[in-house]
Amino acid sequence: MSIRILKHTFRQGFQGIFRNRTMSIASVGSITAVLVILGLVLMLILNVNALSLSTKEKFDEIYVYLDDNISNERIREIGEEINEIEGTMTAVFQSKEYALENMKEDFGEDAYLLDGLVNNPLPNTYVVQLEDVSYSKSVVNKIEKTDGIEEVRYYNDLVEKLVNMAGFIKSSGMVLIIILLLVSVFIIQNTIKITVASRKREIELMQYIGASNGYVRGPFLLEGIILGLLGAILSIIIVLNGYDYMVSLANEKFFAMLSVNLIPASMISFDLLIIFITIGVGIGILGSIVSLKKFLSV
Amino acid sequence: MMLEFENVTKVYKDKFTAVKNIDLKIEKGSFSFIVGKSGAGKSTLIKLLIKEINPTEGKLFFDGEDITYLSSRKVPVHRRKIGVIFQDFRLLNRKTVYENIAFAMEMVGHSPKVIRREVPTVLSMVGLSDKANNFPNELAGGEQQRIAIARAVVNKPDLIIADEPTGNLDPETTYEIMKIFTEINRRGTTLIMATHDRMIVDAMKKRVIELKNGKIIRDTQEGEYYNVY
Repeated sequence: MSIRILKHTFRQGFQGIFRNRTMSIASVGSITAVLVILGLVLMLILNVNALSLSTKEKFDEIYVYLDDNISNERIREIGEEINEIEGTMTAVFQSKEYALENMKEDFGEDAYLLDGLVNNPLPNTYVVQLEDVSYSKSVVNKIEKTDGIEEVRYYNDLVEKLVNMAGFIKSSGMVLIIILLLVSVFIIQNTIKITVASRKREIELMQYIGASNGYVRGPFLLEGIILGLLGAILSIIIVLNGYDYMVSLANEKFFAMLSVNLIPASMISFDLLIIFITIGVGIGILGSIVSLKKFLSV
Repeated sequence: MMLEFENVTKVYKDKFTAVKNIDLKIEKGSFSFIVGKSGAGKSTLIKLLIKEINPTEGKLFFDGEDITYLSSRKVPVHRRKIGVIFQDFRLLNRKTVYENIAFAMEMVGHSPKVIRREVPTVLSMVGLSDKANNFPNELAGGEQQRIAIARAVVNKPDLIIADEPTGNLDPETTYEIMKIFTEINRRGTTLIMATHDRMIVDAMKKRVIELKNGKIIRDTQEGEYYNVY
């Protein structure tokens, strides 16, 4: 491609954007909106995914809380009994003192709150790990029948629900994103259509004279690309700042409650940049192509 | 041979048969009229030639090359060998006379240097050197058509197709236009002109191909034609 054609392409492409500013702004706006929503859905998916994974890891253990008033002898026996159950991999004993220390550590600066406790309210515990999740029900059932046990806690249901929810969010997010993408391709297509219509005579003439397809179409493709790029840049700014704000808010106010860390914005900003620019420019190119296919027929 | 139609038929999507079994040869350097009432198939023949449409049946050759079907990439290359002149001139009113012609050169990739050299040459050929900086709508119809002719010849096509070029012009202006066409043809460019202006056809005494309902009903060679239209 010669420099002259490149110059022509850029001049015409930018002219197309400026000459119908209103539609250009609407197009950039719609791409931005789509990408912002896409970004939010993406963040939601990523975080739910991370949450469900870490939860799975954390809660794929059975917590067996022991009665407070049983002998050390009995505690040892219970451990042996649990170990004999089919499907048990390990059963690790955690004394109530150890549990309290752990809790103090978790509380960090707020640990002084626990200093006021007269009696340690936490139970002695066996943390049971399974050879395989499929044993969970039978193991839980058998442990529950053992004497000297206060409660068996297993969070499998919760984990399953969370994983299911993550799946649902993922698939409905995808559907939403696809619909929005189609909508913005449609809007871009209409914007380009206006430019094409306003220059219809000139374009027809160019085609009769024998201007190459690239020469005729280049400016419109560039117009689409620029609109897409602008939308991508705007949405990245909005999403990253918005998300950053949300993360800091969540960490400040809810961290202790949820005890879950959100993925920091800085970790995903580069990936997001690539994804957004690809999609934004993709929408722009697709919109231009659809428009040119429809309206340039000579 | 500049142009060959071999048994060409064009049926449009609405089943309308615009031209049927056309066999036609046009020699290099010749000047031919295509006459007939509107709807006889003149425009369809022109559209086939500039590859705006493909034939339903038959074959088309341009300068020995089969152009029956051309890929979209090759269509522009083919069109550069043909200069088209329209009844409604099709000038760009936002550009000056000079720019209108330069525009045609720019888009087929001529350098600014060549453009600066060639535009004045064709303008003087059509006698409009003094109007280079005017805008088309400041000029009379005949002058506008002369710009369109200059634009059509500036890229030095092998063939010029003029579709009713004098349809909007008075007899005197028409005569001037025909003089320019004769000069272009004399310099070696093949010329095809669609018209239904009897006066021109009678006066020029060139080859006449008459169409009716999509068929060639008369084809008289140059020299043998006298007032039969």
